[in-house]
Amino acid sequence: MAGEKGIRKYAWVCFFLFPSLGGLALFTLTPILASLGLTLFEWDLLTSPRFAGLGNFRRMLFHDRNFWVALRHTLYFIAGYIPLVMVIALGVAVALNQKIKGRVLFRTAFFVPVVSAWVAVALLWKWIFNPRFGMLNYVLKFIGIEGLTWLFDPQLAMPAIIITSVWKDIGFVMVMYLAGLQGIPATYYEAAAIDGAGGLARFRHITLPLLSPTTFFALIISLINSFQVFDQVWIMTEGGPAGATIVLVEQIVKNAFSYSRMGYASALSWVLFLLVFAVTALQMRLQKRWVAYD
Amino acid sequence: MTRTTTPSIRANSWPAARLLRLVSRGSLYALLIIGASFMLVPFLWMLSTSLKADEYVLSMPPQLIPRPLTTRSYTQLAELFPIGRMFFNSAFVAVLTTLGQILTCSMAAYAFARIQFKGSNVLFLLYLATLMIPSQVTITPLFILMRYLGWINTYQGLILPGVFSAFGTFMLRQFFLTLPKELEEAAFIDGASHWTVYRRIILPLAMPALATLGVFSFMGSWNAFLWPLFVVRDLEMMTLPVGLSTLHGRWLTRWNLVMAGSVITVLPMLLVYLLAQKYFVRGVVMSGIKG
Repeated sequence: MAGEKGIRKYAWVCFFLFPSLGGLALFTLTPILASLGLTLFEWDLLTSPRFAGLGNFRRMLFHDRNFWVALRHTLYFIAGYIPLVMVIALGVAVALNQKIKGRVLFRTAFFVPVVSAWVAVALLWKWIFNPRFGMLNYVLKFIGIEGLTWLFDPQLAMPAIIITSVWKDIGFVMVMYLAGLQGIPATYYEAAAIDGAGGLARFRHITLPLLSPTTFFALIISLINSFQVFDQVWIMTEGGPAGATIVLVEQIVKNAFSYSRMGYASALSWVLFLLVFAVTALQMRLQKRWVAYD
Repeated sequence: MTRTTTPSIRANSWPAARLLRLVSRGSLYALLIIGASFMLVPFLWMLSTSLKADEYVLSMPPQLIPRPLTTRSYTQLAELFPIGRMFFNSAFVAVLTTLGQILTCSMAAYAFARIQFKGSNVLFLLYLATLMIPSQVTITPLFILMRYLGWINTYQGLILPGVFSAFGTFMLRQFFLTLPKELEEAAFIDGASHWTVYRRIILPLAMPALATLGVFSFMGSWNAFLWPLFVVRDLEMMTLPVGLSTLHGRWLTRWNLVMAGSVITVLPMLLVYLLAQKYFVRGVVMSGIKG
């Protein structure tokens, strides 16, 4: 390349890389390695760390009921959240992709929750879900549904958290879908219309297949994010009622923060990583079956 | 579902088809308006609650437009709680994190995209590898590191761990790669240094990419909860989200105060979004980054 050679060039490389690389080494790489090491220890930060071998993992798999509960609830959250957010976002994106007035306004309305802090959104919905004074129960009374206690009901707490999360993230997935839709040439639809394909047929045979790369991308991102569900749970229920919303990251935080079990919290976080990694890898493998790249 | 307004369809406009189109157009608008209200009404409820006097917060049926309308909960919040200080903390942390990210990421991206050197690929792979690790993995050791450094309850503890971003470096590198080589070759012949090229040629051309990274790192920092929750204990050092969660814990039923705090937290981000919409859209599309 033009410019400098040899030593001078490497001096420049060091100069440009140093801030970023140094910072990442200190605040990301070292913690990653330390976290891996910590999984083998028991440490409460007060006494000195005690080597435990695979004890943390043994405890997780065989002695910690909450780990399995957290895993089950996280999967429950994902099973409810992913289909809802994907389908609704796709519907909204398709609707907003038409030539309609006020498009930008509508798009903004759906995007406002995305830029809002989770803590504020979670508090807002906790208030909306309030059994006695909340807006939701007040509205539901008009269609004859009464007395739901939402976040205080072990059966309804997780659905309430799913509703809140879907509400917050529709706009996020919608924007991805809108970009995908804009990449579909109008001529495809025109040709299909001439062949007499109806709206539904066009959606099924043109829109859906051509959007599959977007769906794939949005699905991967949403899955990774939903395994890490935390803020809303911490604010709205703290894992309750009766443990009905205990999830993985909530358990990591509780173990690190409230119980000072540094090693165990690290072990949990690596299991979280493995799960996310496995699911993403599986998606990558399966994509050939349903994702159509041109 | 998918309706197109291509000439070929518009052509066969016998009355029934026109009526059908009118109806489906109408229902499309109706659905969108219902959907948009579903998104916005909760925020109006937030605002409305924050403008209520104590005795009307729990009134049934709920008033959507408070009567009397009062900003008392905001002044009370400021009296009972260091909300002004928290606002400053949030802004200070978000601005410095953003500037730090833009500087360090763009410098590293310059080295990766515009200088050919041995080991470049290996180093870059290392960057990509760290992207796969969720932040929860690093949070426990980071917390221990902060204790060791004595950075609990400090600005450096809030800011520094968020400054160095492998993701931002990756994003800017991809953008820098699209800029033609000829740009800097003339400059090098004239004796310009890498710093001059980075500062005078690459950065100005990369403004849209820098802005995209900027708005997302600002949003990520402004809305962050998990890390500030770990690293800060004193009220005076809390950012708005952590302060808000504490506020809620203290005054469980004073929803007008809690909602006033929420409005204060959400509003600035909303303004940033309205001013920089196109960068938000671009960012989501490019990478699916979220707060």
